[in-house]
Amino acid sequence: MKYEVVHGRSKGFFDSFNRRPGAIKTNMHYCPGCGHGILHKLIAEAIEDLQIKERTVFISPVGCSVFGYYYFDCFGISVPHGRAPAVGTGLIRSDENNIVISYQGDGDLGAIGLNEFLQTANRGENMAVFFVNNAIYGMTGGQMAPTTLPGQKTITSPLGRSVQSEGYPLKVAEMVAALDAPVYVERVALSSGRNIMKARAALRKALQNTIDKKGFSFVEFLTGCPVNLKKSASEINTFIDEQMSKYFVPGVYKDIAENRDPIRRPQPVFAPETVKQVLYGSYTQSAAVRDFSKLQPFFNKERRIKIAGSGGQGVLSLGYILANMGNLRNFNVSYLPMYGPEMRGGTANCSVVISKQEISSPMVDSNCNLLIVLNQQSFDKFLPELKTNGFVIYDSSNVTPHDLLPTQGAYHVNASELARDLGDLRYANLAILGAVSLLMDDYFLEEPDKSDFEAVVAEAIRSCFSGKEKLITPNINAFYLGKHKAQPN
Amino acid sequence: MKKYQVKIAPDECKGCQRCVIACTRNVLAMGKELNIMGFPAATVQSSDCIGCGICFYTCPEPGAITIYREVADDAQK
Repeated sequence: MKYEVVHGRSKGFFDSFNRRPGAIKTNMHYCPGCGHGILHKLIAEAIEDLQIKERTVFISPVGCSVFGYYYFDCFGISVPHGRAPAVGTGLIRSDENNIVISYQGDGDLGAIGLNEFLQTANRGENMAVFFVNNAIYGMTGGQMAPTTLPGQKTITSPLGRSVQSEGYPLKVAEMVAALDAPVYVERVALSSGRNIMKARAALRKALQNTIDKKGFSFVEFLTGCPVNLKKSASEINTFIDEQMSKYFVPGVYKDIAENRDPIRRPQPVFAPETVKQVLYGSYTQSAAVRDFSKLQPFFNKERRIKIAGSGGQGVLSLGYILANMGNLRNFNVSYLPMYGPEMRGGTANCSVVISKQEISSPMVDSNCNLLIVLNQQSFDKFLPELKTNGFVIYDSSNVTPHDLLPTQGAYHVNASELARDLGDLRYANLAILGAVSLLMDDYFLEEPDKSDFEAVVAEAIRSCFSGKEKLITPNINAFYLGKHKAQPN
Repeated sequence: MKKYQVKIAPDECKGCQRCVIACTRNVLAMGKELNIMGFPAATVQSSDCIGCGICFYTCPEPGAITIYREVADDAQK
C-alpha cells in the first residue's frame, strides 16, 4: 500500500530552521499551544500555494514573533517596535511587485505603532497586515495590552481591567473598516477547527488582494497565549470563542476589493544621476556660474557672516540673499536660519558661510568675520562672537555701538529710517546690504568686480523674489539708497 | 473509500493537546512518555482517521503532524 502526504510540513517554511540557535532545528520557539504557530503555518502554506515565495517580504515586529525570519523561506525584516507598516510602505513603494506581509501583535500595532498603522491603512498601501490579538502582552510576561478585555486580570491589572481608569479595549478591525482606503477587513478566531479554516480563507484572500495590487488588506486574528492567560488548550478555545469573540466580534467588516482598480503609483527612481535630475533639474541647468574677475586673497579663506535682528526685519531673507549671491559667483555657501516659533516680533538670526573650499560647519557662533545687526539687543548679544579683526554693520537708527575694539571695523546706515521713507520697514535689510556693498568696495574688491557685486545683488534679489515681481524694483532701490547713505564709523 | 493515516513526530510535539481536543473521531490521545524536549507527545490511538486535517491546522508546530492518504496501486503506473 502506498501513501501520499495530504497535510504536512509546508514548503513555505525552511526545511531546517538553521537560523534558530540551540540544538532543536525543526521546531519553532513558541510555547506549547501558541497562536503564533497556528498562524505561521497558515501563512507558510499560503506562501507556498500562491507561489509568491520569491517576492514575499515578511516583516517581523517586536514581540514573540520577532524571529519570523528563522522560519519563513522568503525575505524577512525585523523592524523597530510598531514600525512594520512604515517599513512596509518603503518596500512596496520601492518595488510594487513585493508582497509585503506585516505581522503585528496587539502591543506593536495597537499601542506603540498605532499611528504608523493607521496612516498606512489610510494611504491604502498595497500590503497585508496580520494583526495577532491575544488580549495580553505575551513576550514581556503578561501585562495589560490595549486589547485586554474589561475585567480581565493581568499582572499589571491584578484586579481586572477597569474601563473607568484604563478605558475600553481597542477595536482595531472596526477602526480600520471605517477608513476609506482599506479594501478588505476581517476578524477571525484561531480557536476551533472550523474557525481556523475561516481564518485560513481570510488570510488567503488578503494575500490575493495584495497580489492583485488592490490595496490595504487587514485580518485580525484572535489567538491565545496559553502561558500568560494561564489557560489550558481547551480553556483557551473557550476563552477565545466565548469571551474575546463577545467583545471582538468575528466577521467580515469590509470587502470592496472587487470594486477597486489595482493601485498605480509613479515608478520609483534609484539611479543617482536620475535622482539628481529629478530633485535639482532646473537648478543644475542654471548653475552655470562665473567667478569674480579679480579674485582677491580675501576670498581664499572661509568667510563667516552672522545676521541678527528681530523677526520681521528681513534678517532671514537678507541672509538668504547673501547666500544666493555667493552661489551666483561660484562659492560654496551655507545658510542656517534660527528663529523662534513666532513669525514676527521675536528675535531671529542666521548664519551664512561663504567659502571657496568645503564648508566645515554651517553654524556661526564664534570667529565671525562680518556681523550684521538690526537692533540693539542683537548687537549686545553677538558682538562677543565677532573676530578681533572683523567688521560690524549696524542699523544706526536702532543701534548705538559700544565696546568695539580699535581693530574691529564698523559701518552703519540708518536703514530703518530709509526703509520707512521708502514705504515699508521691510526694505531695511536691503539698505543694510548697501552698507555691505560699500564695505566690500572699500576693502576687498577692485573694478570691474565692484559693479559686478551690484549686479550680483540685483540678480540675487530677482531670484529670491521671483514670483513677487512688484517687490524687486523697490528692493533694488533700497539697496542703492542704503549704499549711498552708508558710511564707516 | 480512501484510507487516511495520521502520524505524529514525537520529538516535534510540545504536548499542548490542541489536536486531541480538535479531533472529532478520537483518533489522537496524549501519550505518557516524554520526548527530547521534555513534553508528553500526542499519540495515535485508533485508525479512524478521515483526513479532515483539523489536527494539522490546529497544531502550532510546523512538522509535528503529517496526514497521509492511501494511493491506489494503479495510480502509480
